[in-house]
Amino acid sequence: MGFLRQALTIAAKDLRAELRTKEAINASLAFALVILLLFSFAFDPTEETTREISGGLLWIVFAFAGALVLNRSFARELPNDCLDALIAAPISGAALFLGKAVANFLLVLAVELVSLPVFGIFYNVRWTSQFGELMLVLALGTWALTVIGTIFSALTVNIRLREVMLPMLTYPILVPALLGAMQLTTGLMAGQPIGPDTAAWLKMLIGFDVVYTAVSLVLVESVLVG
Amino acid sequence: MSAVAVDGVWKFYGDFPALRDVQLEAAPGSCLALIGRNGAGKTTLLRIIAGFSRPGRGQVRIFGKPPRETETRRQIGFIGHGISVYDELSALENLTLFGRLYGLADPRRAGLEWLERTGLERVRHGLVREFSRGMRQRLAVARAFLHQPAVLLLDEPFTALDDRAIAVLQTLLRQALAEGKTVILSTHQLREALELASHVALLTRGQAAFCGPSTPEMAADPGLIYARYGEG
Repeated sequence: MGFLRQALTIAAKDLRAELRTKEAINASLAFALVILLLFSFAFDPTEETTREISGGLLWIVFAFAGALVLNRSFARELPNDCLDALIAAPISGAALFLGKAVANFLLVLAVELVSLPVFGIFYNVRWTSQFGELMLVLALGTWALTVIGTIFSALTVNIRLREVMLPMLTYPILVPALLGAMQLTTGLMAGQPIGPDTAAWLKMLIGFDVVYTAVSLVLVESVLVG
Repeated sequence: MSAVAVDGVWKFYGDFPALRDVQLEAAPGSCLALIGRNGAGKTTLLRIIAGFSRPGRGQVRIFGKPPRETETRRQIGFIGHGISVYDELSALENLTLFGRLYGLADPRRAGLEWLERTGLERVRHGLVREFSRGMRQRLAVARAFLHQPAVLLLDEPFTALDDRAIAVLQTLLRQALAEGKTVILSTHQLREALELASHVALLTRGQAAFCGPSTPEMAADPGLIYARYGEG
């Protein structure tokens, strides 16, 4: 069985289990919508300044809502010692990691795609004006979030305070990726396509994804087998 | 060549040595009962043999190869304290998943076959979370045997099993031994273990205090080995 098929088998298993219980996705989606609603009371949607902070606001919501999905990623393996069965199986730690990261990516992306129209309505933002580029930034930023979140989910799986530890470990490392995603999203929400002045953020986001994906694929075996 | 060779294995948790220079061998077709009091290091040793944990010093070989090699993992079946199947999936989905991960040619067919052998064929589409404890345990046994492993590592396999699950497991273990497979099981239930075991190893405070063939004397008086080699 090839590496990619192993990863897809793990991803399909995680998605199937999550869609049956809807534990993480319901919590994450409810959290994202409630925060967007509450912030909409704090900021005046007609103000230009609200649009200027739209990227930052959106990615803070995505990062916190995403943590709820990521926390469940390896914790899902704990109740019946299922992680032992996965570690015992003749698949590489990298395939296991990639499968989990892909499942997390799709779940977090689904939450984001539902949140975006709600954000557009609450904050009076025409988010569809640069749709293609916004989806690219969304995908790259979400992959950064899920790669870092998945590797730290594996690292903290046996820690009692993992729900607290995961965000504490994840967010500091995510700062460059979040900064890039926020800058790009703010521009795109204002209807400005990615140009020479913002292309550096896009390159940084791509570089972040490539480097941290490679590092995680190499390190995950050591993280899983103590 | 030994099926399982444990050579001078140490394991530390902080400064505490959970295993101290453990030396064991299990020949192909043999059944080694790993006995010892709580905290003696049985589970730690089994987890190192299974490749879930790395030894601090020393090495483990399964048919001459390290346990973390992909081909070696294909030869190991493990039953630990948990059932290692997913509550949110059905019995057949669980076995098909593990069949795929082990690279079986027809995972679904293998799953159906093992559900039949463990008496779970009628509930194959039922979610595991709806199963009784005994059914869950039989499914765990099916998962461990699904890929026909050459080495079976069982951590207290008879603990908390219902009568039917004990009967299923004992039958499967006898068949496995008859087919030349190697079984290492840790247990507190000496009588059940000595019915199967060809060899016995006693762990005391992380050390192998005794390792040798099981004798009729031991089977007649399971306390004998503790009295002779243990801490009394």
